[in-house]
Amino acid sequence: MRVELNEIRKYFGPVKANDGITITFEEGNIYGLLGENGAGKSTLMKILSGFQPFDSGELLLNGSDATFTSPREALAAGIGMLYQEPLDLPPFTILDNYLLGRDNKVIPDRQAAIQELIELTQRYNFDVDIKAHIDSLSVGERQQLELVRLLAGGAEVLILDEPTTGISAEQKDLLFASMRKLAKEENKTLILVSHKLSEVQELCDHAFVLRKGQMVGETDVPCPNEKLVEMMFGQLPERSPRPSVSLEDTMLSIKEMAIRTYRLSVEGLQLDVRSGEVIGLAGLEGSGQGLFLKACAGLLRPAKGSIQLADKDITNHSYHATLAEGVGYLAAGRLEEGLVAGLTLTEHMILGALERKFMIDWESSREETSKRIEHYQVIGTEASTADQLSGGNQQRLLFSLLNTPLRLILMEQPTRGLDVRSADYIWEQLYERRKDGTAIIFISPDLDEILDRSDRIAVFYGGQMLKVVEASETNVDELGHLIGGEL
Amino acid sequence: MNESEFVLVLASIFLQASPLMIAVAGEALTERAGVVNLSLDGSMLMSAMTGFVVAYTTDNIWLGFLAAALVGAFFALIVAFGSIYLKQSQVAIGFVLTLLGDDLSAFLGQNFVRLPGPSFSKFTIPLLSEIPILGPIFFDQNVIFYFAVILALVTYWWLFRTQPGLHLRASGERPDAAFARGVNVNRVRYLYTVLGGALVGIAGASYSLAIKIGWSDGHTRGFGWIALAIVIFGGWSPIRGAVGAVLFGATKAMATYLQRAFPEVSVVAFNSIPWILMIAVLLVVGSDFTERFTAILPKPLQGPVRQLLRVAPPMALGNTFGEDP
Ligand SMILES: Nc1ncnc2c1ncn2[C@@H]1O[C@H](COP(=O)(O)OP(=O)(O)O)[C@@H](O)[C@H]1O
Ligand SMILES: [Mg+2]
Repeated sequence: MRVELNEIRKYFGPVKANDGITITFEEGNIYGLLGENGAGKSTLMKILSGFQPFDSGELLLNGSDATFTSPREALAAGIGMLYQEPLDLPPFTILDNYLLGRDNKVIPDRQAAIQELIELTQRYNFDVDIKAHIDSLSVGERQQLELVRLLAGGAEVLILDEPTTGISAEQKDLLFASMRKLAKEENKTLILVSHKLSEVQELCDHAFVLRKGQMVGETDVPCPNEKLVEMMFGQLPERSPRPSVSLEDTMLSIKEMAIRTYRLSVEGLQLDVRSGEVIGLAGLEGSGQGLFLKACAGLLRPAKGSIQLADKDITNHSYHATLAEGVGYLAAGRLEEGLVAGLTLTEHMILGALERKFMIDWESSREETSKRIEHYQVIGTEASTADQLSGGNQQRLLFSLLNTPLRLILMEQPTRGLDVRSADYIWEQLYERRKDGTAIIFISPDLDEILDRSDRIAVFYGGQMLKVVEASETNVDELGHLIGGEL
Repeated sequence: MNESEFVLVLASIFLQASPLMIAVAGEALTERAGVVNLSLDGSMLMSAMTGFVVAYTTDNIWLGFLAAALVGAFFALIVAFGSIYLKQSQVAIGFVLTLLGDDLSAFLGQNFVRLPGPSFSKFTIPLLSEIPILGPIFFDQNVIFYFAVILALVTYWWLFRTQPGLHLRASGERPDAAFARGVNVNRVRYLYTVLGGALVGIAGASYSLAIKIGWSDGHTRGFGWIALAIVIFGGWSPIRGAVGAVLFGATKAMATYLQRAFPEVSVVAFNSIPWILMIAVLLVVGSDFTERFTAILPKPLQGPVRQLLRVAPPMALGNTFGEDP
């Protein structure tokens, strides 16, 4: 199906999320929609998929005018969207989740639906246990099910909004393979929304670039990376080089540690981290790196072994006792674990302060907050609440909440959902801290990030720390094999 | 206790549990759709009073039940309108209605206190009631018991086996996802809040017209709160809720029995037994004990057992949903 968007405008108060965007998508192609955080990509796609109305403009499907008042209408007209966070029902069984809104008889035909589900999942090589509940699945599997649902609902145009955030490399390959199949064999129109150049280069035929709510360029891909970057940012940002820091004494020393949960046991953990050193933890989701990080932060009690921070044994310290020793921890789930949705930035600052006073000194707290807001370039005010910030800004806020000085920073996916420039900025701030001797340990599903940012890389596989390698002596290929368990 | 006494006690436990089963089914429907109707205690009093007064003055028990259902539905409608349209707190509205129902029922019913009135009687099911032990317990019962059991089964089936049931549960779990699939979330919430309220009304009337016949000030006081607790205890499932209502009745009967056996211990101590047991069960089921427990079971059993023990409130319970996200 051919989709034309003409002069689409959508303002949120003073924010011009979409400011007169004109784009045409032809069938049988895979399009990339690029742009940094806040460029207006999601807004445009939500308009196309009926989730949001537009202020002005025109939407043509195969040449005829269309307006949707709900995603359901859009799907009936052939447009389906996979949201950043899969829009499914976690407590439901897979079958119920699939049936909702699909089979509209009072008593749905379960057998037929099961057949349909099996057939569709097989066609796209998805592998899911139909009896399971959605909340027992990984994000990748939930996406696959959403795709299946949209296809069964008659989608001719499929929009995927940042689909590779939070899924494994394997699942990404599977997803891309099925996207190619859908476009080339089944003649569907696919739109990949992303801020990751490599993905667009790998998968798409043609890319559109948005900046500040406007279409600023298009090109066939693959093309030189510089061309896309220039369109996205206006000028070429340089990836800041990792300043070399002389590594000092051992800051963190893990000996013979074992962590046992009823899902996964991690055994034989051994690692020495020197002050100023950056350690990247690589591995497929659930290989044990997350448990390791949580144990270091005092969120899990190790079954065995010891943790030494500088010259102090912190093995069985609680989370708060660990923080008091100068450890900072950033969880992956921003609004779930890291921030409190309804509290203002100032209140966050006060909550995170190590020194607890009974009465709050609002004046100086506000000053401190505005200093940090400026330093970390958070777009928001002292009085905005955490949930009012965009994803990238929430991430920056989390960083601004880390106290100084720290001996050790532990991070899960520090730059998740950030574009190149914001990620770079965050890392510059982190490098600054190394000068004070802060050691950094982080987890990332992005092997490039791990390679570029770490001094050494610890690879996890199936509950073991398989190998620790010097970042300068390895490459993405070797890491890719290592995280798959091939030594 | 000899056998026939025991059978009598069991039959009475099931009968006493019936109104609770009805109220629990109604409130489970409402909460599954994402609305907490906290006014149960007040609306049950109001409907018990109305049901009795209407049945007494018209001498028609069915009209009594109908009036009670309307009263319950009306209370629920206030909760729905206040929370969905006015976007006010469901908890606050529910509380105020509870207090209102208590006082208003006492005031409006003051001329009908302790009068003999019409009532539902036993209905003996031929053949089945002949079965030894089970017959007298289950098939020689008050009509209200049959209604409660059928209602629990039907609401369960509706919730988990039909498309409207999916719409209902989706509205309570994740309204934005439901909206994306074409569900009119707020209409669903109105519908099941009012329907649930009507059932609560019937539950109220079944006290004054079948179980504790007549009307007096505070006739059903406390039972609304008990029903609300059992909804949680029963994991928002009408069948588990029905089992919960019966277990609750059984512990109460046990408390009465113990009281007779140990007359020197204060009555109050035995009366608190059901509550303590309820809290204990909630603690066990709510902890990660269930995860650990299911993990040691053989594989094929894990799924069903986990399903059986799952107690998670509907994710969007008590939240308002605006259509323009
Ligand atoms: N519902 C909303 N209310 C207010 N502002 C919004 C809303 N949705 C998006 N925005 C704003 O519109 C701009 C574009 O957002 P978005 O389309 O999500 O960007 P992208 O997906 O490219 O990162 C951002 O500045 C964002 O804060
Ligand atoms: Mg976006």
